[in-house]
Amino acid sequence: MSTNPMEEAPREYRVIGTRPIRHDGIDKVTGRAVYGADVSLPGLLHGSVVRSPHAHARILSIDTSRAAALPGVKAIVTSADLPEVRDREEALGEGSTNPRHLSHNILAHDKVLYHGHAVAAVAATSPHVAAEAAGLIQVEYEVLPPVLDVRAAMADDAPILHADLRTAGGDPKKAGTPSNVAMITEFEIGDVEAGFAAADEIIERTFDTAMVHQGYIEPHNAVAKVDPDGQATVWCSTQGAFDVRHLCAEVLGLPLSKLRVYPAEIGGGFGGKTTIYLEPLAILLARASGHPVKLVMSRSDVLRATGPTSGSHIRVKMGVTRDGTLTAVDASLAYEAGAYPGSPVRMGAMCMASPFAIENQRMVAYDVCVNRPKTAAYRAPGATNAAFACETIVDELARKIGMDPLELRRKNAAHEGTPMVHGPKHRRIGCAELLEAAQRSDHASAPLGNADGPRKRGRGFATGYWFNAGLQSSATISINPDGTASLVTGSPDIGGTRTSCAMMAAEELGLPVELVRPSVADTDSIGLTDVTGGSRVTLATGLAVHDAAQDVKRQLCERAARTWKCAIEEVRFDDGGVDSLVQDGERLSLAELAKGAGRTGGPIVGRATVNAQRNVGSAFGGMMVDVEVDTETGRVDVTRCTVFQDVGKAIHPAYVEGQMQGGAVQGIGWALNEEYVYDDEGHLENDGFLDYRMPVALDLPMIEPVIIEVANPAHPYGVRGVGEVSIVAPPAAIANAIADATGARVESLPMSPPRVLAALHTRP
Amino acid sequence: MSKPQKLHLSTRLNGEDVEFLCEARQSLLEVLRDELGHTGTKEGCATGDCGACSVILDDRVVCSCLVLAAEVEGREITTVEGLADGDHLHPLQRKFLEHAALQCGVCTPGFLVAARALLDRNPDPTEREVRYHLAGNLCRCTGYDKIIRAVLDAAAEMRST
Amino acid sequence: MSTVFIPPALRRLTGGAERVVVSGATVGDLLDAVDRLHPGVRDALVRDDELAPHVAVSVDDVVAPAGLAEEVTESSEVHFVPPLGGG
Repeated sequence: MSTNPMEEAPREYRVIGTRPIRHDGIDKVTGRAVYGADVSLPGLLHGSVVRSPHAHARILSIDTSRAAALPGVKAIVTSADLPEVRDREEALGEGSTNPRHLSHNILAHDKVLYHGHAVAAVAATSPHVAAEAAGLIQVEYEVLPPVLDVRAAMADDAPILHADLRTAGGDPKKAGTPSNVAMITEFEIGDVEAGFAAADEIIERTFDTAMVHQGYIEPHNAVAKVDPDGQATVWCSTQGAFDVRHLCAEVLGLPLSKLRVYPAEIGGGFGGKTTIYLEPLAILLARASGHPVKLVMSRSDVLRATGPTSGSHIRVKMGVTRDGTLTAVDASLAYEAGAYPGSPVRMGAMCMASPFAIENQRMVAYDVCVNRPKTAAYRAPGATNAAFACETIVDELARKIGMDPLELRRKNAAHEGTPMVHGPKHRRIGCAELLEAAQRSDHASAPLGNADGPRKRGRGFATGYWFNAGLQSSATISINPDGTASLVTGSPDIGGTRTSCAMMAAEELGLPVELVRPSVADTDSIGLTDVTGGSRVTLATGLAVHDAAQDVKRQLCERAARTWKCAIEEVRFDDGGVDSLVQDGERLSLAELAKGAGRTGGPIVGRATVNAQRNVGSAFGGMMVDVEVDTETGRVDVTRCTVFQDVGKAIHPAYVEGQMQGGAVQGIGWALNEEYVYDDEGHLENDGFLDYRMPVALDLPMIEPVIIEVANPAHPYGVRGVGEVSIVAPPAAIANAIADATGARVESLPMSPPRVLAALHTRP
Repeated sequence: MSKPQKLHLSTRLNGEDVEFLCEARQSLLEVLRDELGHTGTKEGCATGDCGACSVILDDRVVCSCLVLAAEVEGREITTVEGLADGDHLHPLQRKFLEHAALQCGVCTPGFLVAARALLDRNPDPTEREVRYHLAGNLCRCTGYDKIIRAVLDAAAEMRST
Repeated sequence: MSTVFIPPALRRLTGGAERVVVSGATVGDLLDAVDRLHPGVRDALVRDDELAPHVAVSVDDVVAPAGLAEEVTESSEVHFVPPLGGG
């Protein structure tokens, strides 16, 4: 159990809030850090995956004989090699998953459901031989019509992806009819009709957002070996080694103890590496061949076949009174789940209006299967789409009643006790503080200036809300005989969390942070730890580290008491040592106690495990952005950008800024450039970084971070998660800036030149 | 299919003479990583779009995924492993750490190599010149802000020493 | 007495009532009490004596880690909400 943070008075920190260099830094700037694709083992084979050229087709036959005859080929697997698994939702990984869907996404069974869907895999003596063999596997398909768009997929005559899928929460009269709509969820508070009746101005618009990918630079990879006794070991790039273990065990029908997963250094995830793709294939191929096997995706594989986030179609209606009170919001949201159910549409609905205190709200969320890859989490999943819709309407309403949009936001800001659409109320949050910081910022008062010729300048602002997650974490701190400490957690480190965790341990133990060595352990070497996701590592793993340090302190006090032959109540840990409360000036430093540990009871190892659900502190982010719109070409340039975020407490401010800046730029890419482009048959046409155009350095200005610290009362240091919310506001902020510049409202993402031009031509 | 014949190559890698055997179809990236044990150079796309595999070939930054290994006979290659002088980090490496210019770190080797090539040629670049020169290197974590600052700061330090 | 808020989709089972006031020591007790008044509510939220995988419970604005076993107070407010994940 966690200690009660409320007992602790505000403290002056020695380590927290400073900017030490990360412990894994030198390895990462010298090329020594070992990422998944860098792992090699004796006798290693290389794998290749056969993928569907069709978006929707029935598999009639798979002939592997020619591939098997190729010299150097050691194993081939198809869905026939996967066991049958349960066909019902289970609490698996983040949220819930149907194991059968998961299995069928690993290797298609009777049908392929998207372009790039894996059908078979092969292991051979080199990557080239494996690729050649994959090309020799003959798959016969009966091509079926695909459905690629949520609205088309919801039509009564739409092609059906899953004959056995029925709409949960749908019309009971249609309970016997197959549908692509996996789930309908309604949320409602207050009286929406009465809210609109009280409004002076009402705006209703529909919005479309494109499917976008997380775009981590490191493709998915997995290396597996299987011992003759069936014990399997996997090295892979993942946000959660324990989730990989659990999901693989479920798909392969293995006990958890038969799998050991090492999280390699990870080259970005953003939510996309919270599930499995290659790992079970590597295990199956290793088992079949008797050799370790490595699988690495190509970029095309990553874009075609790993989880992007949902494209969406959203309708929002909002009302406001002339004096600036938001009275009601009514919305429907339909999100692409991809090939299998499970879009983040409900979270989108729950986040949409959460920056606002609006008494009357109704949202209906539709989770819709389409012939695209199964979506995966992406940074504040679902929230960005919803904010694009809601935050642009708020901006428009403000202009309609002649109020500054920032002032309208501040007047209607959510605060502690404001109910959200799904019912629960906000706890202590920093929404109002964030808006006030934005109003006070240099950026807000800087003149916009004029651009030349056809170029128009505008400024926009938007906010975003994200819940943040708690979940489970474990940590151990071993005190070494020389008084240094080894810290072990199970949280793969993507953005510097190893160091933020070491800083918390150093703070508690009175050690310099350089003397706390943090490591990320495999699944056999630390207690269960959920994913590095949900902005939860510094919050939840940090809490485990904090608690493990209390355990160490308790043990140090015991050792001191034993040394002094006094009661434990007669000693106190303070600033890196234990003081006697009865013998004036008696003190044993941590180093002295560590050195003598063998004589006072053995090694000193602190440990803690937490379920941090109660410790969650939600996050608000905002972006203020200046743009230049070329009204002849429709091109939009971001010329100034300030990002605001309530982080609770910045443990390592540079890494907090990094999360804010990185999320902001992902949001800018989502806003302006990025989208999945399919042809009518459902082939992904832009399966590379040339055409899936993510922001490059030349596209951007500096991103100015403004950290706001409204302490989370449920965490010992006041931490809130910081990783995700920064992506939520940018598309809406940029849309608002474009409207400010030109008067045109762009209602589709990305706001690429053709869409901006079209909006300019249809503006009122 | 007959086994492809291997080629014998000699090159200079980070100041050391090396020899290796490769197939004609193998890229320089593949050989660096799989044959020569230099896994610091990363593959992000294998189509020359992300810059994670940047190396300096003679005096130019190239995507090693687009160079055939067979092309490097007698040439000089610098990878991220060759930037530091023993335990003494290159100023760019040090500034990347001080400015927290990396998060996941997988694009970092490519950025360091590309930035080193820029500063070799232009010791006093403007922010825009740095952004232009590094536009072929994708980073998805940082939003580039801290990378640009680190490169400008490294350039300033190198000019003053 | 605690207040159990009924998700909109289940209000057809409660005659349209948005909230039901019942007493009990845990979320499970409250749900049993609601189900006695409005049969069917429990089945919609519970599977194998645990909250169904697509359901989480918020007690006094905190997503409750113990699920049905979560203890409640006299004045607790209980909402059944979707489980949250993150990126």
